[in-house]
Amino acid sequence: MKLVRMFGLSIRDAARSLIRNLNLSFASISCITITLTVVAVSMIASYNVDNFTKLIKQDVTMVVFLDKDITQEEINDVETQIRLIVNVDSYEFQSKEEAKQLMQESSEVLNKIMTEWDEKENPLQDAFLIKVLDIENIKITADEISKLDNVSVVKYGEGMIEQLLVVFNIIEKIMIGLILGLVIVTFFLITNTIKITIFSRKREIDIMRLVGASNITIKMPYIIEGLFLGFLGSIIPIIITIYGYYSLFEQFGGIFFSPFIQLVKPEPFIFQISLILIGMGMFIGMWGSASAVRKHLKI
Amino acid sequence: MELIRINNVTKIYKNGVCAIQDLDLKIKKGDFVFLIGSSGSGKSTLIKMLYREEKPTRGEIIVGGINVAKLVNRKVYKLRRKLGIVFQDVKLLPKATVYENVAFALEVLGETKQEIRKKVFHALELVNLKNKAKYYPDQLSGGEQQRVSIARAIVNDPKLLICDEPTGNLDPKTSMEIMNVLCDINNLGTTIIMATHDKEIVDRLQKRVIVLDSGRLVKDYEKGTYDNEAS
Repeated sequence: MKLVRMFGLSIRDAARSLIRNLNLSFASISCITITLTVVAVSMIASYNVDNFTKLIKQDVTMVVFLDKDITQEEINDVETQIRLIVNVDSYEFQSKEEAKQLMQESSEVLNKIMTEWDEKENPLQDAFLIKVLDIENIKITADEISKLDNVSVVKYGEGMIEQLLVVFNIIEKIMIGLILGLVIVTFFLITNTIKITIFSRKREIDIMRLVGASNITIKMPYIIEGLFLGFLGSIIPIIITIYGYYSLFEQFGGIFFSPFIQLVKPEPFIFQISLILIGMGMFIGMWGSASAVRKHLKI
Repeated sequence: MELIRINNVTKIYKNGVCAIQDLDLKIKKGDFVFLIGSSGSGKSTLIKMLYREEKPTRGEIIVGGINVAKLVNRKVYKLRRKLGIVFQDVKLLPKATVYENVAFALEVLGETKQEIRKKVFHALELVNLKNKAKYYPDQLSGGEQQRVSIARAIVNDPKLLICDEPTGNLDPKTSMEIMNVLCDINNLGTTIIMATHDKEIVDRLQKRVIVLDSGRLVKDYEKGTYDNEAS
């Protein structure tokens, strides 16, 4: 009962000091708002870049061309062996007739030339179109498949894919570094602003100690106040995230300049970002307050 | 029965200054003790050690059964709840009313609203400030502010009241008013230790006087005056 009462008093004191120290509260809230907005924008950007690289990776197809005079039985054998390879996500058989038809559909010139070919003249090859699970290991998988009987050649855009992977890895690392750096800067900025505001109330903390308040009793209102500050400071970044991203998505119709670059769908993405922002704000607010008060609990 | 026992206490600060040297002292329950001495004699250090703002370098200080020297930082509140402290600079919360300032000492102990109300008004009555409960500190005179700080110090009925030059900033008339309040509190059974430079007060009250000089106890009179220090 006593604990509940003390907790209730802590909430009252936190709200009261938030209002009594309005200028300082406003400074802390502004700092949290600005830094969290920057974090929100960079999180949205990096998530979209990450999504874009994932889509590109998913789009990579390995084409396994089979020998020219392959029989149905031999095709089945190759299929069985492809199915057993761990890195194969999905595959699809494409006969040389289907390949011819696709090529005819893609270009009128090809269509004219190919129409004259009869079934025996078709120089194209039957093939398996394969999607891999881990694109980083595509070369190993391609080598493994090319050693199978009746496989003539394996193509997956070698050379270009490796380069793309290097670029994507660099982008990913930069993004992670950027977000981490921003989170750390945010953390220090917010905790230091709160420390300054609490320093101005050192006298209050000293008096609490002198009248016999236990450390936890002293800390509790400040921790709750930090939580309030974090919560209030994250409201504007959340509004910017939700409305900003919705209007960006609608403005560009879900794609960013080129159909290759698709934006992440707003739901549930923006709500996840909002949750992260509010969680970050409240946690850093609490942490900042607690560590600031701890420094003054020495008298 | 003794409330405070100080055995062979020495305090040396980090900068090498020896503020208290081999001090032995006993103070009984219900005593009113003046602690006098020139600036730098160790009065404030001794007072600070009694409420554990400072720790002795050597020796033992027992206050109300608690060994202050061995008290870890997070347990200090256990000692402070047994005593009241009054400072020269009053240390009131400027943005809280008189009532809130006094109630503050009880709220941190988790007492109920009704208990707090009863005890705060009782304490304010003892210091004659019941009619100013809704005032803010800056609306009060220096003497009234000091009386609020006394009310806050006695509101949880401590066994010991430690006063560090409570009349230091006040004129003689107001100082005597404060002393009358402290004497009333002492008459109710609270032990009082008061560091002071105020000759008139010490002379007039004729209480126990402890004289410190360069960190050493040089005189201890049962019913002394400030003049004894010089003799």
